[in-house]
Amino acid sequence: MIKLDNKIPQGPLADKWSNYKSALRLVSPANKRKIDVIVVGTGLSGASAASSLGELGYNVKVFCFQDSSRRAHSVAAQGGINAAKNYKNDGDSVYRLFYDMIKGGDFRAREANVYRAAEVSNYVIDHFTALGVPFARDYGGMLETRSFGGVQVSRTFYAKGQTGQQCLLGTYSSLSRQIAKGTVKMYERRDMLDLVIIDGKARGIITRNLLTGEIERHSAHAVVLATGGYGTVFYLSTLALGSNASAAWAAHRKGALFANPSFIQIHPTSIPVLNEYQSKLTLMSESLRNDGRVWVPKEKDDKRHPNQIPEAERDYYLERRYPAFGNLVPRDVASRAAKERCDAGYGVGDTGLAVYLDFKDAIAKQGEKVIEDKYGNLFEMYEKITGINPYKEPMRIYPAGHYTMGGLWVDYNLMTTIPGLYAVGESNFSDHGANRLGASSLMQCSGDGYFILPYTIGDYLADDIRTPRIATNTAEFDRAEKEAKERIERIMSINGTQTATSFHKRLGKILWDHCGMVRSEEGLKKGIELLEQLEEEFWKELRVPGTADEFNQELEKALRVADFFEVGRLMCQDALDRKESCGAHFREEFQTEQGEAQRNDAEYAHVSAYEYTGNRKDAILHKEPLVYENVELKERSYK
Amino acid sequence: MKFKLKIWRQKNASVKGTFEDYTLDNVSPEMSFLQMLDYLNQQIIESGGEPVHFEHDCREGICGSCGLYINGRPHGPLRNTTTCELHMREFEDNSTIVIEPWRSKAFPLIKDLVVDRSAFDKVIQAGGFINVNTGSTQEANNIPINKTISDRAFDAAVCIGCGACVAACKNSSAMLFVSAKVSQFAMLPQGKIEAAERVERMVDKMDEMGFGFCSNTYACEFDCPKGISVEFIAMMNREFFSSKVCKPKK
Repeated sequence: MIKLDNKIPQGPLADKWSNYKSALRLVSPANKRKIDVIVVGTGLSGASAASSLGELGYNVKVFCFQDSSRRAHSVAAQGGINAAKNYKNDGDSVYRLFYDMIKGGDFRAREANVYRAAEVSNYVIDHFTALGVPFARDYGGMLETRSFGGVQVSRTFYAKGQTGQQCLLGTYSSLSRQIAKGTVKMYERRDMLDLVIIDGKARGIITRNLLTGEIERHSAHAVVLATGGYGTVFYLSTLALGSNASAAWAAHRKGALFANPSFIQIHPTSIPVLNEYQSKLTLMSESLRNDGRVWVPKEKDDKRHPNQIPEAERDYYLERRYPAFGNLVPRDVASRAAKERCDAGYGVGDTGLAVYLDFKDAIAKQGEKVIEDKYGNLFEMYEKITGINPYKEPMRIYPAGHYTMGGLWVDYNLMTTIPGLYAVGESNFSDHGANRLGASSLMQCSGDGYFILPYTIGDYLADDIRTPRIATNTAEFDRAEKEAKERIERIMSINGTQTATSFHKRLGKILWDHCGMVRSEEGLKKGIELLEQLEEEFWKELRVPGTADEFNQELEKALRVADFFEVGRLMCQDALDRKESCGAHFREEFQTEQGEAQRNDAEYAHVSAYEYTGNRKDAILHKEPLVYENVELKERSYK
Repeated sequence: MKFKLKIWRQKNASVKGTFEDYTLDNVSPEMSFLQMLDYLNQQIIESGGEPVHFEHDCREGICGSCGLYINGRPHGPLRNTTTCELHMREFEDNSTIVIEPWRSKAFPLIKDLVVDRSAFDKVIQAGGFINVNTGSTQEANNIPINKTISDRAFDAAVCIGCGACVAACKNSSAMLFVSAKVSQFAMLPQGKIEAAERVERMVDKMDEMGFGFCSNTYACEFDCPKGISVEFIAMMNREFFSSKVCKPKK
């Protein structure tokens, strides 16, 4: 029986981390050289963890599926990165950032983890600046900030609409420096297929070399997963097409508990679906809601051009419903409000599944130049995709699958339920509760990788200084490799007629319809039934051309889609179990009279962590109670 | 819309490649270029063939994975646009589209339209960073940076590492790519300290990886999807010469 011990240290909230890290055990520089650490993923959390561990002197092996570590999807984060610097003198503090995140997450995250994330946020900004990240500055040469959803201060640092790119490339440069020094060995174009456990500890991974198809063994004293989220489970999402759940899922199959799988953020401002061949949805940064006003016509099915609809006939529904936060309400609230208007028949565009995001007033007040300075690249991107100039007419936007708050369960040390297996960044579940606030994912990823994991992993590795290099010619590696090969063999031998992508599309549609922005018991049950049927069809009708021992992009996709069936199943199970609405998880049956999420703190103030029991069976639910010692649980109001 | 596609097919680096012709019907003008290729691949797979391999990931113009030589131009006919952001409405109905991989000695071919761009990573590893360890930094606002300079550094830093500059250049020169990184750091106070060593190491590595010299055709700037200016090449040249001339004698 697994017992969840979150290892939260005792003591006052503000002192927990500093006291705890001072007491963590250390590994001496001479011993670090004898210890190997594997990091899977080179996004912000993986690359920052790998470079920091390399700087400390560990032997680090890093893996990514892309051709270069610079391409990980952190690169696409647009709007910014939060920190509690209080440069604007607007009353910000570590405590306020902590409180905003706890409230934004609808009181479903751990106090201690969130406080720590807020605490290290300021160091992250200092470090990025030192790495040469060109954040926006004011005319006095100081760092500039802007506002983001769900908060009333201006604490978001940014580099136009390319903050993720600039932070990632800064981190990529420190990783490159360690590669050149030889402390980090980089393995590109690898998919992690399995985790190897020896004597109960994570000791290695099995990978597939995507160019040659070779199945490889890699060992280490500890393994860090930095493999991102599983938002591509919806097929159409704002994520990169290669983003996948397979590495985290392999760890889950091997015993790592998976927490809050149904907590998936639907981002309110994506460019709507334009055609049936669409392969991805492009995000328009939340920062646009600083200056853009969201509206729909007051009349149903109003087919007039938006510029012809007079002011009095527009419904600025976010400003109407949430006067205190207006257009800057958190993402879950904004998404549901858009869906509500569209479902009620007020949506715009050919499909009726869009609302307007209008910059007319901001341009009139601030001038086109200022708006271009802030959002130029986003406006350009919008025009390229839609052919519409957003300086002249409002953007059309609609919610899209985006970020997964759920992920591998980790304790305060960021260790999963498998000793020696860590999860950082989006791949863990720890800091965002049931809804993530904008600009806090870059913050959490870099905090985890630069300032938290390098401390906590040392405490674990201190026990391993006498453990020689882990051999890969053991029975455990044999078995893991054999299983991975059999799985590939099984996929290759189906020989049906349909592509992996066509299954992925259908799978995504089922989840979007039944486990998306609004869920119900009936819908979820139906969703599970449909998923099971489709999965059966997948294992009969899939077609993967070519062979397994060559560069084969179709095989890569098929292996990922096979895992998404299981991920989707668990999402539905979790959504069904959680008989309340909180953050991004909205159950139709549980809402207030005004249509807001209705939490049930008495029964659901816990983390739901699932244990794998084999495909198509209900996973075993373990509950970690959430204890609030510092904040009072309240209805989350943005009115 | 209907297109005739001439696509470079090559199973791997050790066999000879060839152009293959495909006819693709019912293409929607709303499709992106890569969606059009998805659509083609879907048909190829369903009729028992091997799909065209090409690289892609974010599909929003920022990861730098995609890059196809379309009708004789890297990333196709539109300026400041990556292949994934290009849409079929830009092409004439019933026309022929020629699709090739990047061609450069420094980017060896892997399969079909996929090339190996790891030479770029090697150049960055040679010096495209600021030597600073996690934890050893000071408060960010202790060093004010003039906004114009900081914005200019940003203009250089937006490079996505796609390799279009090399593909566009008749000499396969990587000067635009290398100069963007050199200039970004040389302009910022944090990066100035080791600017001289950095530019020398990066330029040496660039030459070693087999990239050609610059002969000022500006094709790189013209085809750069991020609009990076050749002024940075001038800036890198200045950095390079001054490092050679001003270097303290050992």
